[in-house]
Amino acid sequence: MADPTFRAAPAEALRVEPLGEVTAIFDRRSTQTHLVVSPLPEILAAMGGEACNASLLAMRLAARFDLPDGAETRAVLSERLRELAALGLVEPA
Amino acid sequence: MRHSTRITVGPVRFRIGSDWRAPIAALETLYADYPGDPVRPADATVRLFAARPWRRWLRPSVHIGGDFIVPDALPLPLSMGLLAAEMGMNLQVALGWRRHLLLHASAAARDGRSVLMSGISGSGKSTLAALLGESGWRLMGDEFTMIDPGSGDALAFPRAVSLKNEAIGEMAARVDAARLGPLLSGTPKGDIQHLIPRPEAVAAMHEPARPALLLFPRFGDAAAIERIGEGEAFVRLTEASTNYTALGEAGFGALTRLVRTVPAFGISYPDSAAGLALVEELWAEAVS
Repeated sequence: MADPTFRAAPAEALRVEPLGEVTAIFDRRSTQTHLVVSPLPEILAAMGGEACNASLLAMRLAARFDLPDGAETRAVLSERLRELAALGLVEPA
Repeated sequence: MRHSTRITVGPVRFRIGSDWRAPIAALETLYADYPGDPVRPADATVRLFAARPWRRWLRPSVHIGGDFIVPDALPLPLSMGLLAAEMGMNLQVALGWRRHLLLHASAAARDGRSVLMSGISGSGKSTLAALLGESGWRLMGDEFTMIDPGSGDALAFPRAVSLKNEAIGEMAARVDAARLGPLLSGTPKGDIQHLIPRPEAVAAMHEPARPALLLFPRFGDAAAIERIGEGEAFVRLTEASTNYTALGEAGFGALTRLVRTVPAFGISYPDSAAGLALVEELWAEAVS
């Protein structure tokens, strides 16, 4: 399956404020407010400034969280990356 | 405009002009003890004008205008000129204010701290605030509360309280009749009568009060308290703000700080006495 690569919005473009179970993200470029829940904030943090695909993300997140290894995790992460792209918080690298 | 007046409510300096004397006279009675500030420029202009020149005399109806207009707002009969003026003032603030985060919420203060109450029309936020204002609290506003993005403080906007329907009798039994405006019957929102806030509330209207408690009241059900999480409070307040989007990051920062630092609860209450008791109970916990 294709595993496209994305790059997160530059750190200075986003203001990320955890509010209990949700995280509010203000995008300074669009002035839009996004309310997201786990694992989207964790994915953004794990991407840092580098281009990332679902496989690389799965490795990084597995180092911090108890994730099952395998195709299913990568498929879920791939889906979440597409959602983040739809919000404009990541873009194809 | 043939007739005009200036009224300062909290941080907003209004200039209100009208084709007719009556609405201006009614405003000058309600706002007699508010500062007028004729020197500095007005922040918001409200215009009440006749639909056509001859309509000033023949079946007069009032159109609401100003810096911002709502194109499809219905004209009101002249007998409701005071209501038109109030709607015009609300409209200019709701659409035009940029200095503070504007919340559709009532507020009252005690010992320099404030309780904010946000809810839709009919939630009882206005009546609760009016009752608190007669029970040892300083009424900060029955409709709008402003949050200073720099300090996080709540700023008062103590316009005359717009009492509706059952709330009219409830408040009329508690206050001097001289503090009530004319009864406006059969408005689009039912019966309306304005209550002039206590002189102390008007005198202190420029004093900010740090928010200590955030409530989302709901009138009608059995008394109940529900804790509201930071995220849900944030969402509800973005919906209750008329200028959140316009303020950009300043609004985002003000709102995230507010919901993080202030406990929030939904309260249901069957009558005003129960509502007041819930406010006092939660307030005691919040400031302890």
